[in-house]
Amino acid sequence: MGNKQTIFTAQQLDAYQDCTYFTRKEILRLFYRYRDLAPQLVPLDYTNQPDVKLPYELIGSMPELKDNPFRQRIAEVFSEDGEGNMTLDDFLDMFSVLSEMAPRDLKAYYAFKIYDFNNDDFICKSDLEKTLNKLTRNELTEDEVKMVCEKVMDEADLDNDGRLSLEDFQHMINRAPDFLSTFHIRI
Amino acid sequence: MSKTERSNSSVYITGTNRAILSVFLVSFSSGLALQEGTATANCDHHRPWHTMGASVLTFVKRSLTMKTLQKADQVRTLSDFSKNQHSMPRDSESTNSSEGSKEPFNRKLKSSSQGTKCSAATRRVLSSHSTGSHSSAGMSMRVRRTPALQQPQTSSRDSVHTPNIDGIILPELKEISTEGLACIERNKEELASDLRGLSVSEGMRKLRAMPLSLVDKMEIRRRCFSPSAVNSLNRNFPCFNLPLVYISRMWRHFTFNALPFLSTLKLWHSSMKKLSGRYGTGVLSYFLFLRTLLFINLLLFIITCLFLVIPQAIHPPPTDPRLNSVTAIELLTGTGYLSQSLMFYSYYSNVTIETNQMSSHIAVTHMVPYCIPTAYFLTITISFFIMCIILVYSMSKSFGKSFQVLKSNRNLSENVFCSWDFKVSKKPSIRLQHEKISTQLKEQLSELTSREEEMSLMQRLRNLIVHVLAWVTCLASILLSAVGVYFISKHTVSSEFKNLDLLFKSAVVSGFNLLLPGIFNLCSWFEKHSSPSTRVYVSIFRNLLLKISLIGVLCYHWLEKIAVKQDRQVLECWENFVGQELYRLLLMDFIFTVLYTFLGEFIWRLFSKKVLKKNRKPVFDIARNVLELIYGQTLTWLGVRFSPLLPAVQIAKLFVLFYMKKCSLKLNCQASKKPWRATQMTTLFITLLWFPSFLGAAVSVMYTVWMITPSSGCGPFRNLTSMFESGKLWAERMKDSHKILSWLIQAYNTVIDNPLFLFLPTCVFLLVVYFHAQIVDGQRKIIRRLEKQIENEVKDKRFLITQLQHWNEENEPGSTQR
Repeated sequence: MGNKQTIFTAQQLDAYQDCTYFTRKEILRLFYRYRDLAPQLVPLDYTNQPDVKLPYELIGSMPELKDNPFRQRIAEVFSEDGEGNMTLDDFLDMFSVLSEMAPRDLKAYYAFKIYDFNNDDFICKSDLEKTLNKLTRNELTEDEVKMVCEKVMDEADLDNDGRLSLEDFQHMINRAPDFLSTFHIRI
Repeated sequence: MSKTERSNSSVYITGTNRAILSVFLVSFSSGLALQEGTATANCDHHRPWHTMGASVLTFVKRSLTMKTLQKADQVRTLSDFSKNQHSMPRDSESTNSSEGSKEPFNRKLKSSSQGTKCSAATRRVLSSHSTGSHSSAGMSMRVRRTPALQQPQTSSRDSVHTPNIDGIILPELKEISTEGLACIERNKEELASDLRGLSVSEGMRKLRAMPLSLVDKMEIRRRCFSPSAVNSLNRNFPCFNLPLVYISRMWRHFTFNALPFLSTLKLWHSSMKKLSGRYGTGVLSYFLFLRTLLFINLLLFIITCLFLVIPQAIHPPPTDPRLNSVTAIELLTGTGYLSQSLMFYSYYSNVTIETNQMSSHIAVTHMVPYCIPTAYFLTITISFFIMCIILVYSMSKSFGKSFQVLKSNRNLSENVFCSWDFKVSKKPSIRLQHEKISTQLKEQLSELTSREEEMSLMQRLRNLIVHVLAWVTCLASILLSAVGVYFISKHTVSSEFKNLDLLFKSAVVSGFNLLLPGIFNLCSWFEKHSSPSTRVYVSIFRNLLLKISLIGVLCYHWLEKIAVKQDRQVLECWENFVGQELYRLLLMDFIFTVLYTFLGEFIWRLFSKKVLKKNRKPVFDIARNVLELIYGQTLTWLGVRFSPLLPAVQIAKLFVLFYMKKCSLKLNCQASKKPWRATQMTTLFITLLWFPSFLGAAVSVMYTVWMITPSSGCGPFRNLTSMFESGKLWAERMKDSHKILSWLIQAYNTVIDNPLFLFLPTCVFLLVVYFHAQIVDGQRKIIRRLEKQIENEVKDKRFLITQLQHWNEENEPGSTQR
């Protein structure tokens, strides 16, 4: 079984396989998906680790993410620079966490970061409001949004500091049976 | 003769004992199942229920230990700090060198940290201890964040970071720009050393599960595993392990991929998705209930078909040639041709069919005797038993989903964070999702905001009078309808050979079923209930009372008729008669529902548009429709003993009903703005299906099996004293012929003859249920106490931080003065 591909070295593929939840074939398939977004930018030879970053607009135009209201946050969380411009490593990381094999805690961690709009390691009221508006496409009135935020804080904030920390979020996720199946993108 | 009489009476006594004990057993087993169900509420399906409480406890304890650790450290640093303040003013000066740049951060802190202000010194004290804490999340968050420190040009993003106090503290940028890289290195080295201690595969698994970026993970991997080990990592699995790994991976992929495929195989899956998106979860729960009933009936039909209908169909008994033509009205009334068909009880013969015919197209080499009476008896009892088990199981499962051990109403946060399905990518589906989530949130919100208003005494009195009047009206109408049905049944007895008269009674019953809920709705419109869910419960209760009284009156009338007519032999085949009555009731119910759905809702919509000039379409009344379904199902269960093909009629009826209701929903109804707690309601419906409906039907059928003499002129049980006796005769026969079965039957007899054998398991069940209930209660108490403790810890921490700050401030002016 020889290495027929020349995109990655064997060590690179092994490293990718160990650090993500993908097999070799899936990694190569993902590489081709990544390349299809911008064939002129992405070289076919990754053995010397070129520094190629695809801008957010290309990532956000993928069919899996195109209509997702949280696509910008997903790209920002997984990108190295925090702006949504992703290297291949970020790309693989993103789909690895969103795959079906990733454990619940890992997904909960990243979900927490996605919903934390102002990146302060807490989901505060403004983050919640933004999440709600994205979820319902601004169909709820302002009063309703405020009430939902208050109620969510009541329910999930265990240490009563007015915002959700990672532990609160993880505790709440542990009680939701369908989180694993909804926080999943098939690619 | 006397011996048989005596044995009969002893059968009677132990029979009732048996009945009582079996009812106890069943109810206690269902209670036990319920306990299991409630205890599995809200926990991962893979964790056993008794570790649910343990998992909550561990989480709470972990956060507590973190906080106590921090608190202890803070107490220590407070004392150190106060000691050192006076002796080392110069040190604080060096750290205060960039004091000016700290001002904007201080201001940001003031705004973000709820009024508590901290100087840099305090922050440094607290941060130096948080770096010492070993929470993996904290460490990983720091490592993930610190790569951003390497690029100070992206300060636009970093300046938004407000260092926070209560959580993991990030030292401010300008202070640690030199320490930044060292910090990263230290963290990575710590993580790598953590992993080095584990075995290779275990370490890889842990590495994958770490919330770090891929670059960092590869770096750590490079550090902690030597190159040679890395190369041999996944390549040198021991031989036996490799196929296991592949198999487990394939299995996981398979189950995850099969899930959506299996769900598309489910009946009506896509239409239900559309309905739920447009009309909400309440309407969806009605259709889900309909589908569940369809499957139950399908199962019942398959069992009776396989074991009863088909063997009898292959060997038809001689029939009366006069009744070979079918007319339309006879299809409705069930008399005539149908009464001599597989549909009804009288068709079934009381012989043992021996398949020794050479002329049949199936060549049989040996004789397979098939005793129809035994088959009839066993099919009925076993199918009821299976129904019982299925219903108890689904009841306990839905109890588990709807019952919450901890705070109630956790669903709102789950809905916000866990309900968006990231897999969905098509635009119309995404739009549906948005709608669904908005509707769900609105429902839950309006339920939560039902507030109690303070009412004056006069208003309360008025409310009470209105309530009493409404209840009196409803109960009176129910009573009147029951009495009316009773008198009509008595009246039609005399002229029972006219087809239309036969239909008249069923029509009257269905008419009452249709009209009276309208009266109930009118009454409840006048009443003012404390919350919308109370209104729903009251309406369900009234409808239920109506249906129970109607069915009760009918059953009473039939029993009365059977008991009287037995002697006079006018009614030759009472099972046929009862079966036909039930068949007619079912059909009339269906016809009236069709008429109501198409005409009634349509006319109501026109009426409200033209006359009332409102553009509001009527709302789908879920409670009433579900009770209609339960009523139909009760009739089916009552009737299966008399007419084995009745489940087929019910299946056809449910099928048509689905499409009809869907159609009328789209045309005539709109989404309800009232809240509807779907899981609670589903649990309630299944409970209603179990308790009055199934148990009532089962008890009545078992009563007819045990007590009532079958008619001597027709059916498989002629010349027997009861249906149950055929089972006993079969047992006697088996004892002689089969060795294993005889042993089984002997065991059964000894168990049943000894009531102690049933008392003991009942007592054991009682004890187990009691213990489980106590454990759940105790865990609930502990959880509440620990939650309170967390709150207190946070308060303590805040107090200590303010104290620290206070001392800081006190001493700072002192140091600058020097």
